[in-house]
Amino acid sequence: MDTITNLLSITLGAILVNNFIFSQFLGCCPFLGVSKKVDTAVGMGIAVTFVMGLASAVCYVVDEFVLGRFGLDYMQTVAFILVIAALVQFIEMFLQKAMPSLYTALGIYLPLITTNCAVLGVVLLNVQNSYNFIESVVYGITGGLGFLLAIVLFASIRERLVFADYPKAFEGFPIALVTAGLMALAFMGFSGLKVW
Amino acid sequence: MNLGKQFKEGLITNNPVLVQVLGMCSTMAITTSFFNGLGMGISVLVILTLSNVIIAAIRKIIPDKIRIAMFIVVIAGFVTCVDLLIQAFVPALSESLGVFIPLIVVNCIILGRAEAFSYKNGIGASFWDGIFQGFGYTVVLLIMCVIREFLGAGTILGGLLEIGENGLSFGLGTAAGIRILPEQFPIGMLTLPVGGFLILACLIAAMQWALSKSKNKEESK
Repeated sequence: MDTITNLLSITLGAILVNNFIFSQFLGCCPFLGVSKKVDTAVGMGIAVTFVMGLASAVCYVVDEFVLGRFGLDYMQTVAFILVIAALVQFIEMFLQKAMPSLYTALGIYLPLITTNCAVLGVVLLNVQNSYNFIESVVYGITGGLGFLLAIVLFASIRERLVFADYPKAFEGFPIALVTAGLMALAFMGFSGLKVW
Repeated sequence: MNLGKQFKEGLITNNPVLVQVLGMCSTMAITTSFFNGLGMGISVLVILTLSNVIIAAIRKIIPDKIRIAMFIVVIAGFVTCVDLLIQAFVPALSESLGVFIPLIVVNCIILGRAEAFSYKNGIGASFWDGIFQGFGYTVVLLIMCVIREFLGAGTILGGLLEIGENGLSFGLGTAAGIRILPEQFPIGMLTLPVGGFLILACLIAAMQWALSKSKNKEESK
């Protein structure tokens, strides 16, 4: 029972309370770069969720059984980023063979996931919070779902910004940032939410 | 390469944060006190300069196809060094920046400069590019910190100085800052994530306004 409560509170935290984008500022670059259309935003969100879950699992194993065993803890950053880069490359090749339609839809964004700080961030946070294997994977996947939620909501607001009337200097990034700021304000409403 | 021109590019016309819009995560996340901003800015400046120099030095022997992976390995190596140095000598900084120090690896400014500049230019030019771009980043961080800290907490120079019973004292990472606004006035929201988004938006907008104005002036000449 304890485990389930624990996992539930990790889930709730990752998706709403400590949303990766709105409260931890992880993954802002793709969040601002790939949110002009809802379709691509959904694709990006799903790809990031997948990579975050997989990276959490693989990096947990690498950290526990390779780095920890041989006393190489100081190599964490280097090892994790290499694992993530390899994973993304692998997923890219797999999608190219198995699901060419999704591969073309994601296009350039797929390799860019390597430098998404949400992915490296979730792996480092797993280690920092000393999560076990299941907790790490759950945190990875739900963190990705939080990212998906944020980017889809943001993209659908941004599509309507075309009709808005704002000062010319705010064109492009600034108005997107203001929008994101207001959304962050809304997400602050979730703080303090707890599973019993 | 003209040093003066490179300096102006790094600080103003091609500023990494305000014009190239890179490295947003760290810019918004850690700019809550002057101490954090200064520490982060200097760390990025050092790592950017070192990795620029190394990448420029080995650029001719890097195979084109795996260059991104090579860049990341070089950068990750330097980030690890800086991370360990900070943990050893400025533990307060390591505590307050937390996961954002190792995350410098995926700071797009460093990878962006590697790809756009040092992969194509010599060692000397890349060295100065690292210094000036890093300086431009640090300046933006400090501006953000000062605005957010002043409006959000009512203090300045948090984490560096404070005025206590014994007058002005220096405390790395522990000092509360010099209080300017009385405690009931600051807008606490601005030190929270919301403030990061809104203030960065205003800074970028101001930059776009200034750049378009100076462009108009040049055209009308």
